[in-house]
Amino acid sequence: MNFIKASVQRYQLGSLLLLVLLLAVVLPLSLDIFRLNLVGKYLTYAFVAVGLVMVWGYGGVLSLGQGVFFGIGGYAMAMFLKLEASDPITTKIQSTPGIPDFMDWNQITELPALWLPFKSLPLSLALVVLAPMALAWLVSFAMFKRRVGGVYFAIITQAVALICTVLIIGQQGYTGGVNGMTDLKTLLGWDTRTDSAKYVLYYVCVGLLVLSILLCRWVQTSKLGTLLLAMRDKEDRVRFSGYDVSNFKVFTFCLAAGLSGIGGAMFALQVGFMSPSFVGIVPSIEMVIFCAVGGRMSLVGAVYGALLVNAGKTLFSESFPDLWLFLMAALFIGVTMAFPMGLAGVWEEKIRPWWKSRRQALREAAVKPPATPAPIAPAATPPEPTLTEPTLPDGVGSQRA
Amino acid sequence: MSNTDFALAVEDLTVSFDGFKAIDDLTLYIDRNELRVIIGPNGAGKTTLLDLICGKTRASAGSIKFKNTELTRMAEHKRVRLGIGRKFQTPSIYENLSVFQNLEVSFPKGRSVFGALAFKCDDEVKAKVQAIASEIGLADRLDTEAGLLSHGQKQWLEIGMLLMQEPELLMLDEPIAGMSARERELTADLLKRICQNRAVIVIEHDMAFVKQIAHKVTVMHQGKILAEGPMEKVQADPKVIDVYLGH
Repeated sequence: MNFIKASVQRYQLGSLLLLVLLLAVVLPLSLDIFRLNLVGKYLTYAFVAVGLVMVWGYGGVLSLGQGVFFGIGGYAMAMFLKLEASDPITTKIQSTPGIPDFMDWNQITELPALWLPFKSLPLSLALVVLAPMALAWLVSFAMFKRRVGGVYFAIITQAVALICTVLIIGQQGYTGGVNGMTDLKTLLGWDTRTDSAKYVLYYVCVGLLVLSILLCRWVQTSKLGTLLLAMRDKEDRVRFSGYDVSNFKVFTFCLAAGLSGIGGAMFALQVGFMSPSFVGIVPSIEMVIFCAVGGRMSLVGAVYGALLVNAGKTLFSESFPDLWLFLMAALFIGVTMAFPMGLAGVWEEKIRPWWKSRRQALREAAVKPPATPAPIAPAATPPEPTLTEPTLPDGVGSQRA
Repeated sequence: MSNTDFALAVEDLTVSFDGFKAIDDLTLYIDRNELRVIIGPNGAGKTTLLDLICGKTRASAGSIKFKNTELTRMAEHKRVRLGIGRKFQTPSIYENLSVFQNLEVSFPKGRSVFGALAFKCDDEVKAKVQAIASEIGLADRLDTEAGLLSHGQKQWLEIGMLLMQEPELLMLDEPIAGMSARERELTADLLKRICQNRAVIVIEHDMAFVKQIAHKVTVMHQGKILAEGPMEKVQADPKVIDVYLGH
């Protein structure tokens, strides 16, 4: 029992349990399948946001190109699904049956070699994680070994995002171009478009997200996590303590890329298509916003950030399609100026102390019941309840870091 | 370059920044178990010399040998792993981590990525942290956030972080800068204790402090060595009086 309590505290599982409760019980019970599927889509971005907490929050390296890794993971999954959807019988009207429709439109008569690994599900699933990590390794190894960092690294990741978009759109015959890969139907014969499949995929998504958070928590509590914080503070001191600083940054960057890839794959499965509009600069920056709003030092906070911003996006863009982008920008500027640590920071610095002092006051009031009905001290102006959560009981972990 | 018995052998070392020679054909030997103090006017190249030895700056020419291993082309972290520790001029500690974590991170195990993931803070590490913390007088501050320490304590903490690595060559750049008189005394005692079984190079300006700790003094001027020897001899050297000590 004590062991459980200790590990709950060590890994700050309290806030994670609360999140699981919300995602696995509250939302499925209160939303219809259309909305739940949307939440599932938002959660795929949360994978990227969680990765950004590691890279940006802990590692201190801002990447504005996470959409690339999300996209690669998504495309890897989508390519498998697309091949399955393009069996010779359904595509018999094409001039070359058995290849994806967009290849046929682009006068390609044979499946390109690049596509061959995606005939196998295990291989595709492996590539969902490994392909983004390989690209991340290439970019980050080249940059971090040369000690490129800070804003220069951010610009280079932007360039990578731009290059990838151009490449995907330009190579229409191989990638489906600007339309992306559409009409994804089945996974090994299992129709992913039915309501029941959407429920299953939603829960798989939640499960994977929780596992990712646990993995990151474990990394954070290891010596590597401490080293990342140390590097962010005094990189030279770490280097002159005998550590090859660049290796640690490369590892973190690859970890985030792998997680983003999983997010992308879940996106392709749940939404049923993948297109370059999730790869480029704008989506990459949006992903940073999710992370910033949630709190870049908090894994759980990043999930809330992804959920809230995307829910807001859906809500506002349904009502004010033209205004949405401005609102988004205002949100980002407002949050970073007013709450640099995001929602998690508000929780940690404002709500929790307020709740603690209130509990303290209540306890004192209970100990000595006043003879005269004492005027109840006006509680300090309660900060607006930004989180949708009920307040945590004392000591049940936190969303911090 | 021939091999020597010295802990550190710097020979014909030169580094030039855009033609300006910050270190000019400098030769310097440090014995094992020696505490050497380097003094000299500002811009003499003292800090640059330490930068060259630890790898922060690359040499233009010459050789630096530590225990007869050539260092000039070696990456910084590898030099540290050979046993070279360097304290920077301004206290360079991890302000957001506790004193314990600062020392723990400096423990020389789990230095690779996966080594760090698998690293366990076991009894050996804890005992070591405890021992070093008492050595530097911070045993009761282990849980304090390092950023909250006083300036002098930060200097000690950084020395402690180096001691965690058991370096065979310890280089301290102005370790008593900004310290009170009492803290200086404590630091002098600390330095005398820790120079057992290792070579120590200290850069310092405070002559009283230098007198207290130095085995031998090297005076640098314009990237060259002006004089070298015991404190009394150096202090009496007319060249040194001319450029540094004053009349």
